[in-house]
Amino acid sequence: MRDVAIMGYAQSPQVREARGLNEVEMLMPVLQAALADAHMTLADIDFVCSGSCDYIAGGAFSFVGALDAVGATPCMQESHVEMDAAWALYESWLKIQSGHIRTALIYGFAKASNGSLPDILSQQLDPYYLAPLWPDSISLAALQANLLLQTGRYAQRDFAEVVVDSRRHALANPNAQLKGEVTVEALLAEPMLAPPLRKHDCCPISDGASAMVIAAGEVAQSLADRPVYIRGIDHRMEVHQLGQRDLTTSVSTRQAADRAGVGEDKIELAELYAPFSPQTLILQESLGLRPDVVVNPSGGPLAGHIFMCAGLDRFGEAARRIRAGTADRAVAHATSGPCLQHNMVAVLEGK
Amino acid sequence: MDIDLEPVAVFEAPIYLRYHATSARAITPFLHALRRGILLGHRSPATGKVLFPPLGSCPESGQPTSEEVVLADTGTIISFTTVHLAIPGSKLKPPFTVANIMLDGADQFFSHLVSGCALEDVAIGMRVRAKWRPASEWGYSLENIEYFVPTGEPTVDIPTLKAERLRLAQERRHA
Amino acid sequence: MSDEILSAEFELGFTYTRSPGPVIGKFLAALQQRRLYGIRGSDGRVLFPPTEYDPLTGADLRDYAPVAEEGAVVAWTWVRTPRRHHLLRQPFAWALVKLDGADTPFLHMVVSDSEADIHAGLRVSVRWADERRGAITDIAWFEPVRKEA
Repeated sequence: MRDVAIMGYAQSPQVREARGLNEVEMLMPVLQAALADAHMTLADIDFVCSGSCDYIAGGAFSFVGALDAVGATPCMQESHVEMDAAWALYESWLKIQSGHIRTALIYGFAKASNGSLPDILSQQLDPYYLAPLWPDSISLAALQANLLLQTGRYAQRDFAEVVVDSRRHALANPNAQLKGEVTVEALLAEPMLAPPLRKHDCCPISDGASAMVIAAGEVAQSLADRPVYIRGIDHRMEVHQLGQRDLTTSVSTRQAADRAGVGEDKIELAELYAPFSPQTLILQESLGLRPDVVVNPSGGPLAGHIFMCAGLDRFGEAARRIRAGTADRAVAHATSGPCLQHNMVAVLEGK
Repeated sequence: MDIDLEPVAVFEAPIYLRYHATSARAITPFLHALRRGILLGHRSPATGKVLFPPLGSCPESGQPTSEEVVLADTGTIISFTTVHLAIPGSKLKPPFTVANIMLDGADQFFSHLVSGCALEDVAIGMRVRAKWRPASEWGYSLENIEYFVPTGEPTVDIPTLKAERLRLAQERRHA
Repeated sequence: MSDEILSAEFELGFTYTRSPGPVIGKFLAALQQRRLYGIRGSDGRVLFPPTEYDPLTGADLRDYAPVAEEGAVVAWTWVRTPRRHHLLRQPFAWALVKLDGADTPFLHMVVSDSEADIHAGLRVSVRWADERRGAITDIAWFEPVRKEA
């Protein structure tokens, strides 16, 4: 395996609506910032890969227009995934492993404020049995939370504690959308949104963009003082039909974690893409994280959730803290599909 | 056991999604100018080229653009096609001609209709001018121009035009 | 003085035509006749609704098994205010319902007067759509089974 390192990362402020800015205008400063963070220019980049969703933009091939933010002259090697940019990162990582490239620029973006995200997500489901019923993503997460409570392993106050930690951590994140000191009691006094979930148990809608630069080890060593290496990365997918899965545990996360080498050494922090608070608990368990691991020091998706970037952002936020010396070894997680159907786990290390 | 029925072979499953879009940093002044009958482009600081319509970035360099350039409503046909099939949801009755038009002063073409002449007379290099709808009907849209009509000027040689535009852009870049 | 930001609503239509294939197609045809079938997996479990391939082994599945119109709620949530796209215009529950004879629950809606009626274990039965066309919506929703007084 070739060493691959995260060289640079940037994210736009996570806002409820980026009114008066289109996707390209959101992206341009973020791309420039990520390249600058990596001490590189576009000329140093061998491959560009993005993650975005046409159903969010409301236009087919909307990701092609986004290339205007990169500047596609001279012609470049470029690819796109209709998924979170964490999977654009994975494609880029694979391409480095194949020996075809040494550097990659990855970005994601979405203006989810333009449409109705929970309903749009219902249309990514099985077109025969699920999509015709239009089951919104919040209701599906609520079903999962209902099952989790039935196991007796957690109570609603455990969901609230996840939110308390998220909002408190977010105080230190200038890009976070929801931040502050809140108490479990105050949260539990809020009305239900989709029982047993309350509004704060659900990630907010955030417009924005994120970008990251990765490079093969030899490039990283020449450019960075403390490269952040992707020591292991893997992703696994479960069956689609909700009734055929155990929604109270994440078997795909456990498998991906094993293959990524999570258990091989001490983990100090974990950035988890859990768009709903009960899912944080499921993921912590399935990753085998010890209680002293700091979860979502950035605030995580409950504090700010740029759809199509939230997974990449977990890698970026973990990498930032490793580079700053806050931690040596971290877990980054990304998810896709209903109720944690598809999960990616990576171990990031600075040495 | 098997089910003793013919399987459902196909079924219609239309979905309709509603979106709410807001105008962006570059497009907002462009649309307001259109409402006043003005065609606004942007000059790229990186290439010196004038982009129309202005989307806020230079597609070649990825640099933000903001320098406004007012453009004439005359231009040259770069390419065209005549559409013979009715397009679902369109008010246009075939046959009609769509052209890629480069406005005088711009380095990028955009699409609009050509009319006011026999369809078989439309040609690459043809000089055209906008036929505007009455000003009382103007909104925030390129539909304020109903279509482009031939000016009657001699046909332009496209390679010559492109070379001249590139030369001008280079000059602007080094200015 | 800068120009005010403009906004516009638009609707995007995707006029899909779906082909369910022979396995799901037969299940849907049966729904139109108000007949319910699961399909046997490699381990003998009855999967409902039928999927063409076994979720564990990937084997082709072709052995249907009848299931009842009645079953139990396994998981639920309440929709106090239906969203624009929801099929029902009054409050309802989303539920995973396991029909008698099936080993897996599936997603559908349960209609009842109040959220308080809904709980895991609630017995529910199919309310068929008046007009059926061979789609999952031929099951209009589920209703709690009312015990005779």
